[in-house]
Parts: sequence; C-alpha cells; structure tokens
Amino acid sequence: MTDFFTMASLVFVVGSGIRLATPFLLAGLGETIGQRSGVLNLGVDGVMLLGAFGAYWTILETGRPVAGVSVGLGVGLVMGVVYGVVTVTLRAEQGVSGIGIFLFGLGMSDLLFQKKVGTPLPIRGFGEWHVPVLSRIPKVGEMFFQHSVLVYLAFLLVPLVAFLLNRTTFGLNVRAVGENPAAADSLGVSVARVRYTTILLANGLAGLAGAVLAIELGIFQQNLTNGQGFIAIALVYFGAWRPIGVMGGALLFGMVSATVLQWKTLGLVSGATSSLTAMAPAILTIVALVVISRTVGQPAALTRPFDRGL
Amino acid sequence: MPIGAVVAAFLVGGVMLLTLGVNPIRGYGALLDGAFGDVDALADTAIKSMPLLLVGIGICIAFRASVINIGGEGQMIAGAIVSTLVALAVPDVPRLLLVPLVLLGGVVGGAIWGAIPGALKAYSGVNEILSTIMLNIVAVQLMNFLLRDLIMDPYEKDGGRIPQTRRLSHNSDLPLLPGDTRLHIGVLVALAMAVLAWVLLWRTSLGYRLRAVGHSPAAARYAGMPVKRTIVAALTLSGAMCGLAGAILVFGSESHRFVTDGSSVGFTGSAGFNGIVTALFGGLHPLWTIPSSFFFGGLLFGANAMQRAVQVPAALIVALNGLVVVFVVSSDRMRRAVGESLGRGRDPAPHDDVEAQP
Amino acid sequence: MYTRRNRKWLGLMAMLAVLALAAGACGSDGEAADDGLFRIAVVAPSASNDLAFTQSMVDAVHALDGVDVIDITDGTFIVDDAAAAVRGYAKDGYDLVIAHGSQYGGSLQEIAKDFPDTAFAWGTSNDTFGLDNVSAYTAASDQGGYVMGAMAAAMTSSGVVGVIGPIAVGDAKLYVDGFVNGAAAQDPSVTVNVNYIESFSDVALAAEAAEGHIANGADILTGTAQMVVGATGVAAENGAKWFGTQSNQTALGEDMVVASQVYKWEKALQGIVNGVKNGDLGGGSHTINLENGGIVIEFNDGVDAGDARAIGEGLIADIKARMVDTGA
Repeated sequence: MTDFFTMASLVFVVGSGIRLATPFLLAGLGETIGQRSGVLNLGVDGVMLLGAFGAYWTILETGRPVAGVSVGLGVGLVMGVVYGVVTVTLRAEQGVSGIGIFLFGLGMSDLLFQKKVGTPLPIRGFGEWHVPVLSRIPKVGEMFFQHSVLVYLAFLLVPLVAFLLNRTTFGLNVRAVGENPAAADSLGVSVARVRYTTILLANGLAGLAGAVLAIELGIFQQNLTNGQGFIAIALVYFGAWRPIGVMGGALLFGMVSATVLQWKTLGLVSGATSSLTAMAPAILTIVALVVISRTVGQPAALTRPFDRGL
Repeated sequence: MPIGAVVAAFLVGGVMLLTLGVNPIRGYGALLDGAFGDVDALADTAIKSMPLLLVGIGICIAFRASVINIGGEGQMIAGAIVSTLVALAVPDVPRLLLVPLVLLGGVVGGAIWGAIPGALKAYSGVNEILSTIMLNIVAVQLMNFLLRDLIMDPYEKDGGRIPQTRRLSHNSDLPLLPGDTRLHIGVLVALAMAVLAWVLLWRTSLGYRLRAVGHSPAAARYAGMPVKRTIVAALTLSGAMCGLAGAILVFGSESHRFVTDGSSVGFTGSAGFNGIVTALFGGLHPLWTIPSSFFFGGLLFGANAMQRAVQVPAALIVALNGLVVVFVVSSDRMRRAVGESLGRGRDPAPHDDVEAQP
Repeated sequence: MYTRRNRKWLGLMAMLAVLALAAGACGSDGEAADDGLFRIAVVAPSASNDLAFTQSMVDAVHALDGVDVIDITDGTFIVDDAAAAVRGYAKDGYDLVIAHGSQYGGSLQEIAKDFPDTAFAWGTSNDTFGLDNVSAYTAASDQGGYVMGAMAAAMTSSGVVGVIGPIAVGDAKLYVDGFVNGAAAQDPSVTVNVNYIESFSDVALAAEAAEGHIANGADILTGTAQMVVGATGVAAENGAKWFGTQSNQTALGEDMVVASQVYKWEKALQGIVNGVKNGDLGGGSHTINLENGGIVIEFNDGVDAGDARAIGEGLIADIKARMVDTGA
C-alpha cells in the first residue's frame, strides 16, 4: 500500500481521474441543460457512440483531429434535431424515445464500423498541451496542466454552462420552461423553441463527448462507451442539476476509477478481488448521495411534454 | 397508425440493407424465417422473448407507480446469482422441489436488488435513475467476482479458469415442454406472471395503491396511503420479475451453467433495456406485453439468423429496434395511450385521472 | 376488450404471420444440401477485424485446403446467442462448426450431444468433454510470451515493462505467464507489472491500464485479447514499444511493434478438417506451438531491436528443440 501513496503514483491518479472524467463531464453538462428545460434524454449513450464513430472515421480518413471533433459535434446536433422533432413537436414520451435513440445509436455505430472500416487502425489525437508556466509547477502541473486540449475545453464549459443557465435571459427561460411551462408560455416564451435549443445543445455535447472519448482512446469499438452515457445521466441527478455538481460527480467517479486501476497496476489487488474494488465508484456515488440526501432540485416539468392546448 | 410506423421503420431498414448491397427481401426473409419459420424457430423465439416479457412485466408495475426502473440488468444478474447459489447449495433435492426453489431464489435475488433503490428513494430521497444505474455496475462486478472465485467450477480453478460455475445440478434443469423443441417451462412461468401482474394491478388493493401513487403521490398521501412503502413495493416487485428472468436464463440455457464474459450484456442480452421498450410497446399492460415481447424476441432472434444468411451484422437489427421504437412512439395513438398510462408523476396540479383500460 | 389498440396488435401479428409464411416459402437457405461441398462455420465473440483473437481464427479458416464454404458469425459476445448460432449451423448441416471462445464450452458440451454427425471444434481449451465429435484446440502462447518477455527485458531502458491482460483465462493467462517468466529468465532486475482488466472488451479500461503502466515507468508494453487496441494507442502516443500476440499487429504502429506472436490455427484445423472428411469427427485435443509451426513469431523489420532480436531468435530455436521450460 505504501507503493500507492508515493507522490508519483498519486499524481498519476489525479491526472488519470481528470482524464477519465472528461467524457462524463461533457455528456453530463449537456444532459443538465436539457433536463433543466424539462427534457429527459435517455439516449445520450447512443448519441455518444455515433459521435465517437463519426470522429474516428473522419480522422481515419482525413487525419485531421479538428475535423473529427467537428463531425462528432455535428452528428450530435443532427440527433438533436431528431430528438427535438420526436419529443417536442410530436410530444412523444421522452423516456422510451430516449431508449430508442440509444438502441439506434448502438446498432448504427456498430454496423457502420463493421462495414465501413476494414482494419481498425489507431488514430492520433491532439496530444498534450502543456499550459505555459502553470504546467511547470512541480506535481500540480503534472496533475492539472498537462492534458489534451479537449480536457481543458470540457472543464472550461462548466463555468460557461453555469453562467448560461444562471445569468442569461436564455437561462432564465430554460429554467422557467423546466419548472412551469404553462406559466412561461403565458409570458410569451416559446416553450418549443427553448426546448429545441436545449435539446440541440444537449445532444451536440453528447456527440462531442463521444468524439472526445474516441480521440482519447485512439480507437473505436463496438459499444465503446460501455454505458458511460447512462452514468452521465445519473451524474446529473447526483449534481442536483448544477454544472458544478455534475463536475464534482464526474470527478468523483473518475478519481475512484483511476485509484482502483492504479491499485491493480501496482498489484495491490489482483484476480477476483479486483472485481470487488471495481464496484467502488458506483457504491461511493450512492453513499455520497445518501449522505448529502437531496430531495429537491428536480425541474418540476421534467419528462412532461408541453401541450399548448391543455 | 402504429402498424404504419413499424412498416416505415422496416422500410428504412430495407434502405440500409440496400446500401450494404443486400437484397432486402432476402434479408428480411431470412429474419422472419429465422424467427418464425419452423417450430424450432418459434420455440427459440419464445425462449428469447421470455426475459423481455418478465422484465417488461416488472416495468409495467414500476412505471405505473411512476418509478423509473433502469436497473433491470442488475436485477437479472442478482436473481441469477441467488438462484445459482441455491442450486449449488442443495443439488440433490428432487427436481419437483428444486426447480421451484431456484426460481424462488431468482425472485428473492431480484427483489433485494430492487428493494435497495426502492428504499433509497422512499427514505433517503435518492433518485432511482441514479441508484439503479449504479447498482447495475455493482451487480456485474459481483457476478464477476463470484464466478472468478467463490463459485467457479473447481475443474476450472486449476485449468483454463473460465469464469463459469460447474454444470448445475440436473435436478434444476427447467423441464422441457412436450414436443421436440428447446421450449421449457420458463415460458409458462413468464406467461403466468403476466396474468398475476394483471391481477395485482387491477384487482388488488396493493395494485390500486401502486397506480394511485403513480398518478399523484400527493393525492395518494392525502388519501392516507402509505406512499413510501408503496414505492418500495413497486421497485421490489419490479426487481423480483427481473430476477426471475435471470434465474430462468441460467437454468434454461444450453450450458446449464452460470457463465460470464465480464460484461452484463454478455449474460442478459440487454434484456434489461429491451424489456423497457417491450413494456412501453404493450402500453404498460402486462397482458399486452406478451405479444410485444414475442415481436421483439422475434426481431432479436431473427437478427442472428439474418446475420448467418446474408452476412449483415446483427447490429442492423439493434438499430432497427431503435427506429421502430422511435417511429411507433412518435405516432399518435401509441403516444396517447402510453402517456395516459405513465400518468403525470410528480405533478401536483389536478389532472383528469384517465385510467388506461385493462 | 375489442378496442382499437387490440386491433392494432392483431393486425401486427397477422402481418407477421403472413410474412413469415411467405418467407418460409421463398427463403430456405442451406437446408442440409447434400451437394458434396465441405462447409465450415465459425462463431466468435468479437469482430472479424479485431487484429486479435477473432481475426486469428478468421484468417486461419480462409487458409485451409479442401473447404468450399466458410460462414462466420462474429460479435456474439452474448453466450446464449452464440449457442443459438452454433446450434443453427449444426441444424443447417454444416460439416464443421467452430466455437471460438472459451465461454462457449458449456453450451457446446450440450449441443454436441444433439448432433452426433456434426463435427465441432472449440478453443481455446484442451477439453473435449469425452465426446468424439468435439475437437479442442489451444495455443501454447506461453512459448511466444517467453520469447517476447525475454526480448522486452533485453530491450527496456527504463527497466519497467507493462502487461495488459483481459481475464486470467485460457491462452491469455498462458501468454502472460510465459511473458513474465521469459523476462525474469533474461533479466531478473526488470520489473514486469501485470494488470488484468477483467474484461475482454472494455477498450477504455485497457487504455487507462496502459496509461498506468507508462506512468509507472514502462517503456515497453504488451497485451492480449480484443480490447488491446486501447492500449496500443496509448503506447503509440507515448513512444513505447509493443509486443503483439494472436495476430500480426504491425499495422497498429509500423515504428512501434517489435514483434507479434501470430496464431496459425490452420495448422491444427487442417488436421481436424482432413479427419472429418475421412469420417473421424474429432475427440482429440490440438495445440499449436512453435515446433509445429502453429505459432510464428513475426518480427517487424521497421523496428530495430538490436541484440534482443538475436536473443529472441535463439530462444525460438531452443524452444523448438525443447530445451527451454517456459514455466507456464
């Protein structure tokens, strides 16, 4: 166990935790925006997979990471349009539509991968960008300031999204629509337009999260996300629908996962017992939530389609 | 019309087949032939439908109480674990007793795994979407741990170390139904559960409470109903159904062992998710979930046949499933029926409590 | 109860029934055609192009003589689906059905009994369940592991080598054990860290495991199973060298992959195929190794391995001559 508590080991764990947290964070932020306006999107994982494949294939063919990221984002936006049509215009039930999108994304990304990609060659990403000056601070620099550009982007989005939700008119509309769409409607806010926008943002971020995942791993595979999209949804609840809370949840999850992995690398746990330690992130998340014990915060109109006529 | 939506989805699928250079008629023909083409296929489709039906029944119960149970995967695994432990503990009990015992084990395992998030929701306010997702992860790791260590086949321990149990007691094999197919009584058990669930929801006071809490917890509390206990009951029953599905998967399987490849989907076949879709398709009604599960079971089973016949990856069918869901849910009638059934959940404002018809 | 919703369901079922009958009438492919063609089917848990486990088998069956029809069902990581596929092929009258995955053994044990006239093969294992229509195949991957472990120990400048494994099972475990022993025999002062990520498919976890090794100082990595592509990406990014197994993995990095232990399953399968044609449906266990040419170490000339290459080639010769115990 002393092996684990060396400086080098701990530094690695923190850095790794941040890296592992990034896709959760991006998808979680998107889902937060959507849910604050009353839209639950259970299809996040599927959109992430489509975004991941889009990014992977683009980079495989063109060799340009920026193009890959753009495609991932674009794929997410397209899925956002679809989801918007289904849940806002057609007012379909959100939970099941989301699961439908998930299944579609899961199957489609796998199908396209098997048929369009011959040998799954690895792709190169952005590499690390060392923040000038800050990255030179011993230990702290390694932990926080030597990551890929995409990681910084994700964490910068946290205050941005918070600002968006809390300090802009748009954010005000979003929250109003999420709490009481009828009242918002009577005040002249177009519920449909607000929700379309949040859905586009949410799905775009989900597609981006998938792209980030594929680029960081340098590869694509069937079910690459392995349920991360669902975990991101759970983290939104964990974070009480606040961006900073979601970030906290993502980091908690990432750090614990990284710790467990490091234990395995160092041979501190092995064989079957490693399965027990792999439960740690999940159990800790539940325990943390019980301790914090929040019951308030859910947007009142979450999952309810808004029908102007009613 | 929902049929139109299904046809539309299949048309889109046909276009996808064309772009892959496959004749859609041949492709779909292989799918349908594989799923329904002969008696064996029908039997296999029925077997494939069974977990969908059971999970779906569980979802009917939970969703009608406005509890969103995404923990089907974990509950299936929990049921499988407990039932396997039972079979390993008392392998020599005569078959007439052992089969019901292991199935009961499945029910208990799943019930526990559902009760936990239920209690967390009712008494600690932990949102069930969060807790069920997390417990899915815990269940998979628990399964891996047990199969890797405590209940691993002793033959394997020194050998290849395949994470599986020994061949479980022959007395626990689910009896086959007459006729020369692989159809086993698990299917009958599932059908019976569907009927029981229907009775529960519309003919018992517990069922009434479940639906009342689903429509409006505030009103239910005002009327003096024990809302918290009802929520726990909803998730417990839901989990119990999923656990039963897990047990039947183990004891009705080809290998009659509990085996893992490290993931949850490798064991459940995503029944935890597909079951949700199945239930919503059946309008959250246990009896209508039966044909719904057969439909989806056929799609899933036929997909493998299609893959063998025309070399199109079964992933196409997964995508097609998703399309079918989205199209049907978008179409008018289905949407209305489902919306009524799900009720308005946490809405304190009065709504006409339209009872979805039995 | 005859409401609109019920009618919709009846309509759907009716439509399905009609279509099924029509399909049944038009469609019957491959109903045990007695046309003298030799048919092989493979059922495997991951994609055919995974540059690892499944690919090794797919490449092998295409290299066989005397086989007319090859059908592959890949990506069946759901054990029940794989069992259904195996049963389906047997029913359709295939001559040899290969269940490529250790988790399929339990199911095969039951299915093979129902089809005594069909030949089955499965791996990686040496258990034929006492059935004489089942052949088992496995790879002595510890041999290649030993060679490459020694090479890695000779090549490493940091003194730390990292191994990423799936579940400690079958040929994966053999490979890792051989690798560790080979490194220790070559240079006991080299640290070899082993991380079994407990999954055959979690690419992200494999990548993080590789990151962990790099952070602990490893400059050479190796790994086995289909999730290993996650680790190779990390190796490439960090300038680490890679030793591959199961298939030739040079494509993953021309300047990174030192050597690959390639499984030539056809060495074992050809014998099984010939046997089936002569009426012997199986019952034996087959191992591919360096000696019988079933395992080949393919060096990548794009990477200069220096002295390590000579060491490697020497060990290969020694193992073939049975002068080395890999200890696995």
